[in-house]
Amino acid sequence: MIKISFPQLGDYSTPIAYLLTKCIDGEIIKPKPITKKTIDLGCKYAPDSVCIPFKYNLGNFIESLEMGCNYIIQAGGGCRYGYYGEVQEQILKDLNYDFHFINISQNNRITPKSLYKNLKEINPKLHFMKFCYYGLITLLMIEYMDNIDNYIRLNVGFETEEKSFYNLKEKMLKDFSQNTGFISLTKSFFSYKRKFKHLDKKIPKDCLKIGIIGELYTSMEGYSNYYLEKELGKMNVRVKRYTNASYLLYKKKLHFRKMLYVARKYVKYNLGADGLDNVYRTIELIKHGYDGIIHIKPFGCTPEISAIPIIQRVCQDHKCPIMFLSFDYQTSEEGIKTRLEAFYEMIKEKRNVK
Amino acid sequence: MTDCYLGIDIGSISTKGVIIDDENNIICSSYIETNANPIRAIKNLLKNLKNDFDTTKYHIKNVGTTGSARKLIATMIGAGTVKNEITAHAMGTLSFFPDVRTIIEIGGQDSKIIIIENGVVVDYGMNTLCAAGTGAFLSSQAKRLNLDVKDFGDIALKSNNPAKIAARCTVFAESDLVHKAASGYTTEDIVAGLVQSVASNYLNNVGKGKKIVAPIIFQGGVSKNKGVQRAFEKILGQDIIVSENGHLMGAIGIAIIARKENKDCHFSFDILNNNFATYTKECAKCPNNCEIVCITKNNDLIDSWGNKCENGLI
Repeated sequence: MIKISFPQLGDYSTPIAYLLTKCIDGEIIKPKPITKKTIDLGCKYAPDSVCIPFKYNLGNFIESLEMGCNYIIQAGGGCRYGYYGEVQEQILKDLNYDFHFINISQNNRITPKSLYKNLKEINPKLHFMKFCYYGLITLLMIEYMDNIDNYIRLNVGFETEEKSFYNLKEKMLKDFSQNTGFISLTKSFFSYKRKFKHLDKKIPKDCLKIGIIGELYTSMEGYSNYYLEKELGKMNVRVKRYTNASYLLYKKKLHFRKMLYVARKYVKYNLGADGLDNVYRTIELIKHGYDGIIHIKPFGCTPEISAIPIIQRVCQDHKCPIMFLSFDYQTSEEGIKTRLEAFYEMIKEKRNVK
Repeated sequence: MTDCYLGIDIGSISTKGVIIDDENNIICSSYIETNANPIRAIKNLLKNLKNDFDTTKYHIKNVGTTGSARKLIATMIGAGTVKNEITAHAMGTLSFFPDVRTIIEIGGQDSKIIIIENGVVVDYGMNTLCAAGTGAFLSSQAKRLNLDVKDFGDIALKSNNPAKIAARCTVFAESDLVHKAASGYTTEDIVAGLVQSVASNYLNNVGKGKKIVAPIIFQGGVSKNKGVQRAFEKILGQDIIVSENGHLMGAIGIAIIARKENKDCHFSFDILNNNFATYTKECAKCPNNCEIVCITKNNDLIDSWGNKCENGLI
């Protein structure tokens, strides 16, 4: 009996579980939501100086293995994240877990072909056309989720009924995973988009806007950034974030030349991972009149560290406030709240003077 | 009766309190050690303030708290205003030095830089993850050298040839210090090297990438150390202003913010008669095990925090 699991990343367990259910004949074990136990397990067995996503992933795997899973999927690429699979596999094997480890990124890249090849190994009966069909539905689901998420981020701070956005989104994810094809998925997307638009909210005309840029894992997994977006929402701020799964899967490639062109004054070549993207985003956010930018990364993230001086320069040139946050295991939550509050006060004061 | 405002800045090492009137004049102030017990510290602070305070002449209209234990203390005494220390420091300093461009603040556990343009904070930085180059580092090294940290500044100024001590990390600095002491450096040279390492550590970490423009104001507990002040002047090539009330600036700032908020929080010194206590418990309803802090007043629960979902509600 195949029992398969994968790392936790934001809400994306829904589309990933969907694809696996359709393509693999077995039980899908959704990773448990990240808790302190997850990160404790991860830290215990991971090398100390490795960046924090590694530790979260490892904790996820151990929790899933404890639930009896025997297949683990890992993907990643761009920076040293591309080598995490091998190391994690070895650590888990050394802990005497018996399982198959499937790394869908090959040569540091994920392609549809490599994904198909790997799924075919688990389920030899998988037909290519079936894979393509469900693969495309999954991509579309991710696209729709990200579309809704962008809307939520801009508006959730102004909801009149507490948790109304959150509850509706939970319902939406459930409906999405039960779709019967492109048409039903698209239909439910539009109906939910309408529902979100009709949710009660009060948006003042002069609300503050903050853009979040930075490394992908800490951007997308709320637990790892101490629910930064929620905190900003509570301060009645509109939040914009570029990094999401649909961006990483296909939009990034389409944007590459444009990004290099827009950022040409500051960057002449690709910085690796999302380094160039973040310089480009900084310029875009400033252009669109955002009041402030928050850059987040795991402690020791090399591509972001090389991008930071450039981003600082862009912000100095345009007098745009920016705050850099590094996350690791046990970063003081109170410290982050203090910095956020101070940042908020600062941009508010700046706005008032204008 | 004249209205006045109480500001309390409760940090990791020291607790500061001031009472100001409508024109930001200080009516009375107090500065004591926190000794890792904010509740006791705040009681002692209020006692000190009460002794210098004429309750028949003045009425405390609003109370503001800032510093790392601001939330706890605000719950305890029912403060109307709770703000982070960066905003409070900027506000306090600007009311005394309207032209200031850079505020260097080094406290017990954290250090920050605040950049100001035209009276508005435009950028700030705060140390991350590490207490290197803060007051805590200096006092632990003072203990090792068997000196009083208050004399550090004067001792450092006596040295003509400061020892070179690695500034990047407290642990490295400490092993450097042991090594230098063993190889025969005088105490003055070592102390001078230490204060210099604090200044360069600050500029390399917190001050990195920030434009430091005069007038520069240096405050926080470490600003009382003349050696550090001199080290900053040497590295930056600018005059560093240390104000007499530098250590109270956070408290003054939060008192001013409390005044501007125009609230009445019905504060009275009778609070001293109440018995406050805190206890922590771990929620066992999911593997996250949130640590919940509860605060009680005369054995009645008044507030709790630290809990992340509905399951752990108290």
